[in-house]
Amino acid sequence: MQAVRKSVETVLPWLTLVTMAVAIYMVFVKVPTDKFQGIVQRIFYFHVPLAMMTFVAFGLVAVASIFFLWRGSRFWDRLAHSAAEVGMVFCTLVLVTGPIWARPIWGTWWTWDARLTTTLILWLIYAAYLMLRTMSGSGDEGARYAAVLGIVGAIDIPIINRSVYWWRTIHPAVLITRQGGSGLGDPRMQATFAVCMVAFLLLFVWLLYVRHESGRLRDAVEDLRQQVLAPEQQR
Amino acid sequence: MSDVVEARGISRRFAGVHAVEALDLRLEAGEAVALFGPNGAGKTTLLRMLATLLRPTRGDLRLFGRSVSDGGAYARRRSGFLSHQSFLYPDLTPTENLEFYARMFRVAAPAERVHHLLGQVGLLGWAHRPVRTLSRGLEQRCALARALLHEPDLLLLDEPFTGLDVDAGDMLRDMLREAHARGTTLLMTTHDLAQGFALCRRAIILVRGRLVWSGGIQEHERERFERTYLAAAHACNPQPV
Amino acid sequence: MFALIRKDLQIEFRTKETFASLLMLGLLTLVVLSFALDPTSELRLEAAPGALWVAVIFAGVLGLNRSFLVERENDCLEGLLLCPVDRGTIYLAKTAANFLFMMVAQLIIVPIFVFFFNLPATPALASVFLALFLGVLGFAAVGTLFAAISVRTRAREVMLPLLLLPLVVPIFIGGVKVTARVLAGKPLADVAPWLNLMGAFDFIFLVVGWLVFEYAVEE
Repeated sequence: MQAVRKSVETVLPWLTLVTMAVAIYMVFVKVPTDKFQGIVQRIFYFHVPLAMMTFVAFGLVAVASIFFLWRGSRFWDRLAHSAAEVGMVFCTLVLVTGPIWARPIWGTWWTWDARLTTTLILWLIYAAYLMLRTMSGSGDEGARYAAVLGIVGAIDIPIINRSVYWWRTIHPAVLITRQGGSGLGDPRMQATFAVCMVAFLLLFVWLLYVRHESGRLRDAVEDLRQQVLAPEQQR
Repeated sequence: MSDVVEARGISRRFAGVHAVEALDLRLEAGEAVALFGPNGAGKTTLLRMLATLLRPTRGDLRLFGRSVSDGGAYARRRSGFLSHQSFLYPDLTPTENLEFYARMFRVAAPAERVHHLLGQVGLLGWAHRPVRTLSRGLEQRCALARALLHEPDLLLLDEPFTGLDVDAGDMLRDMLREAHARGTTLLMTTHDLAQGFALCRRAIILVRGRLVWSGGIQEHERERFERTYLAAAHACNPQPV
Repeated sequence: MFALIRKDLQIEFRTKETFASLLMLGLLTLVVLSFALDPTSELRLEAAPGALWVAVIFAGVLGLNRSFLVERENDCLEGLLLCPVDRGTIYLAKTAANFLFMMVAQLIIVPIFVFFFNLPATPALASVFLALFLGVLGFAAVGTLFAAISVRTRAREVMLPLLLLPLVVPIFIGGVKVTARVLAGKPLADVAPWLNLMGAFDFIFLVVGWLVFEYAVEE
């Protein structure tokens, strides 16, 4: 276990750094400017991978929560918590980069389109998740409640998405079709996009790992502290 | 006759601390056992595990021959739990409270049984006033009635004599004796050695979550036991650094 | 299970606290929203369904909180956990009780709503009640689960809306949409997809709540 950990700790950050560097280079230097949207379109290369990782993160929170409630091992709880924190950061970035892109393109900072709104609600659920953990009494309870929220939230997200989407189709005046992942004609654009996806995936995994490790160490310290204060008795 | 309680190596962990650790315990039907131990020893935790309010984080616990991992409803039907909290709804009357619990426990002829019990604990005069208006002593009597409502085979009592006046204490002791005579198994935590010795024939001592002593007790051995108890408690409690 | 529901109803008849709060808060919300919306403008009619559902949600959150505050005194929740019932059954009973309280409050709030917003009292109102039925059921299903959790956290009253509001967005959107359409005279078939969505929501979360409730209340 130690050996695996060591190798991950050395390889992963470098891999992430390198891929990120390549990605940034490609986004800002190599890839051609989009004909219609201009320079701002470059944000898209960050925005979409960030968004995908946000949802992956929440999926991870849900799965880890299920395992935690089922198995009870603290590992799953820590994983869920770490995924939530990292996911929250990514989600915030999505909500920031989105409007930056939208303003020049559509003329408004915010639209209530389905995906953006769902992301906003996801952000709120993330926030609720993290607040729930802080506001609960002793550690154990908070973990369980948060797990419940993680599971319910994840089941809810598709429903929320559907309902918001239907909501939008009634007001065509404000309806704007967001360009999805497709629409990238130029192979250089596609390549850039792919590199960015990988870069952010690695970034996510690395941050997740770091956060999880930090949680694990903190738990270990806490356990030791408790043991010192209430030492094992000799039998 | 199978054991009422069979615990093997059960542990309960709270955020890194073991409140109860690797405990083995067997209670045979009809026994009356006193559970002693200093504060923080894990007595309440153990009791709550036996009441299926907590699940052991490790080990095997069987109540009435069935493992608790299948939910514990079976065990709850045959157990009674008495604690500091009365579990009574303050806005309802004793009668309403007891009838509710009687229905939850599927007691036959609930109204009569409730009436009978209220008579036994001397609450008939207050049976139609909200529990909120009762004094603590009266509330405890009602709580006792609640615990005995379904004639449980296993009674778990968490410091039941605390806060009771002399009359109520005597009444409790009598009712427990009666229950024991009927074959109910008793497990009682208490700081009051006198009461413990009066009611129970066996004692166990818990210190820091572990069972350190188990054996039979007789009334006349109380002083000797007290010394053993204090020694055991001190031995396992090193001086603070 | 009926014993459980009956118990909650009994307590309610005795104190009438939850019901009164539900009712008053719902009405107050409607009044405040009426001030916010200009009484003469066309906008008022369009915003009316939203106002109704906001009132439902705000009042509902309060009612849900209370349903578990009741169990806190004397640790009655533990008393319930000591009974030989499945935790899922406790959940369903609590949800049912909460649902009943909210629906009865609606019986009074909706007519007042019609009155305040000068809506025509058409048979469409029956459809509004259908929407309310589905909406409140879903709200109670998710709300009961999280009320049990939030009462045991430090932030208590604040925690529940924080947790609940994002999660019940589909119910809220659906309810408002259906109410708006139906009051505008559209037939029920028009809003069928929404009703299906809300129905699915209700079913899914009743099941999830039933499965998961034990983790919310046990230690």
